[in-house]
Order: sequence, then C-alpha cells, then structure tokens
Amino acid sequence: MAAKTLKINGTMISAREGESILEAARDSGVSIPTLCHIDGLSDVGACRLCLVDIGGRLRPACTTAVAEGMDIQTNTERLKAYRRQIVELLFAERGHVCAVCVASGHCELQDLAVALGMDHVRYDYLAPICAVDISHDRFGIDHNRCVLCTRCVRACDEIEGVHTWDVSGRGTSARLISDLNQPWGEAESCTTCGKCLLACPTGALFRRGSTVAEMEHAPSRIALIVESRRVRG
Amino acid sequence: MSDTPKIKLATVWLGGCSGCHMSLLDLDEWLFELAAHVDLVYSPIADIKVFPEGVDLALVEGAIASDEHLEIIHAVRRNSKLLVSLGDCAVTGNVTALRNPLGEIGLTLQQIYVDHGDPRGIIPAEAGIVPVLLDKVVPIHAVVAVDYFLPGCPPPAPRIRALLESLLAGQPPVAEGAGMLRFG
Repeated sequence: MAAKTLKINGTMISAREGESILEAARDSGVSIPTLCHIDGLSDVGACRLCLVDIGGRLRPACTTAVAEGMDIQTNTERLKAYRRQIVELLFAERGHVCAVCVASGHCELQDLAVALGMDHVRYDYLAPICAVDISHDRFGIDHNRCVLCTRCVRACDEIEGVHTWDVSGRGTSARLISDLNQPWGEAESCTTCGKCLLACPTGALFRRGSTVAEMEHAPSRIALIVESRRVRG
Repeated sequence: MSDTPKIKLATVWLGGCSGCHMSLLDLDEWLFELAAHVDLVYSPIADIKVFPEGVDLALVEGAIASDEHLEIIHAVRRNSKLLVSLGDCAVTGNVTALRNPLGEIGLTLQQIYVDHGDPRGIIPAEAGIVPVLLDKVVPIHAVVAVDYFLPGCPPPAPRIRALLESLLAGQPPVAEGAGMLRFG
C-alpha cells in the first residue's frame, strides 16, 4: 500500500494510504479527542470532537482519509473553543447529572469536560422529558444520558449482526430505539449479548442494579472481539 | 499573606444539600489558617441574618430554586467583589434541577404533597415565610454574573482549599485538570 507524506502540527509524518487522519495522528503519538469513534467499529463523524484544521477547513479526523501533502493542525485555539462548545451543548441537551449517574468516574463525557476545561455550561439547559427503560431483564437505558453517538447501534449491527438499536426522530427529539420502537424487554431481536453496554461512553446503557459510579463500560473489548474474530478467520 | 488585612468572606447556602459546606468544614485544621486571613461575615454556620455590604469573596452553594434564592443572589452579587459558584448545584443546577422536566411547580407539589401524600397533605404556602419555588431551577450564572466556578458534588476539600489559596494570594484559581474540574 502506498505511503502518504503529510504534516501534523508541523511535523512530517508518513501514513498508509486509506488510513484516517485520526489513525495517522495516533500512530505518530498525537492525541485527538473523540466521542463517537470506537476502535473496531466503522466511523460516522457524528460528534465532531475530532475536527482538525486542514489548511483552514475543518474536517472530522475519523472519517477523513490522509492525502499527500496535507497540512493538519489538531489543537488550535479555534478547535479547542469548538470542542468545548460541543461538550457544553451535549450537557445542555439532556439531563446529564454526574452526581447521580451510574457511570460517574468512568464516563467519557465527564472526562471530556475535564480535558476541554469545561468549568460551566454557557447554554440554557433544555431539560427535556427523557424516558428510562428498564423493561429488559438485565439491562436498562436512561435516555437522559444518551449522546446519540450510535456506538451501541454500530456494535449491535456490525459485530453482533443484529441491529436491535437504531435512532428515531431528528434534532433534539432524536431518541435511541430498540427494534421498531418497542420497549427493550420486548425487542425480540436482542440477544442480550451486552456489546452495546461495552460500547456506551456514558451512563445511558447500564446493568440493572448498578448504582452511582458502579457502571464501568469496556469499549476496548469491542476492538478485542473484532481482532479475535479476524485472527480466527 | 499574614501581613495583609483580613478579607471579608461570605458563604451562602441556596438550593443545595449543604454538602458543599460540609466539604468546606472538611478542611479541618486548615480552617485555622483560613481564619487568620478572613473575617466570616455571613454564612449558614454563622448566625447573621442580612447579607452585609463590602464583601470581598462570596462562595455560593446551591442552585436558584425559589423566589428567596433570587432575592439573596442579587444581594450577594451587589455586595460582593468576587462571587464563586461552589459545587455542581450552583454551577449546573444538578440534583436540585432534576425536577425541571416535570414543568410547572404547582403540579409537582400537588403530586408530592396531595396526590401521593400519606396522609394527604396540603401544599405548604405562607406568604413571606415559605419561599415560593420557581418553575425552573437554574444555575447561578443564569441569574447573575459569576467570577469563578468550582464543580464537584461536593467539591472535595482540597479543591476548595486550592481555590481559596489562589484567591487569597490575589491570583485567579487554576481551572484545569480532574483535581479542579470534575463534575459529580
């Protein structure tokens, strides 16, 4: 495969053709914040946290392939401001209350807020009505904590091969749904494999019975499963 | 710091659980050091009824949840050089704001005190005595300008100490890293 030569933050690097900017950056030790990306699954470029500056144009690093001669900046003041704004908007959009969340201390959204220096949210909290579905025997979903990253949708579809999860509605009324918008416990396609729980970055998907700060997800297990299957053939 | 005159410190308890004040008291023996640098001119742990004028630093715990909170926070802002939102309720609304999706407060109170009350009660109301709850709980910066934010539920004592040490030294507090910023 042909190699591409490009610059990230002023440093020349070489990347494989077809590789994403995110992969190339990580290979060369440059960390870019992400939320909807998860190793092992396809990328959708939904959260926009991995936006990078390519000659003044902003592109998501996860869905943009490297090209010869690219001049990429990953951490400009403009990018930092947008990233913080994105995380603030996520907090403002639903009822994210870290103090009473099962995932507190193990949450990618909470960690991003710290990493991006969010000491408060400048937008009005929307405080929408968000359901909590505990109709499933073992798992639950609290839509207050869902950021619509679709990591669960992709884990269920691409690895388990089921596609129990999808998203209905648009904008602030978009909601994760199981099967054809049935309660999770009545979604016949669900195999109760739990890969959606591994993939979830927040406290949206949880094991029933977990209380504050008890829910630890394991997104790296997704990549492990994918790799193990590849090796097995 | 020892040669400088004492600053006037106020701590305020609005719509919160007092956990932030408990965390402040968790500073233990450092409180003696703090006492050498501040005069506590208003606080739920000091019996002073009216928020005084000329306050240098006000630490405010809790969200704005009632008409009384609105009245107090305006007085705090008017009379204080620096206002710090102390803890998640002050900064985000947090647990105090969990009722916001339920909408109009009258319906919520009706459910709590009457429909599900056991025995069935009445909605507490006494003009001028029982504060009137607002329909929507908001963080402090939605009502008045806030100078610094200290997240945490509650902010751990070392975090409060770091903020106070910076401010006593005339420096802005460092707002970065999990030690200072983590919500929850």
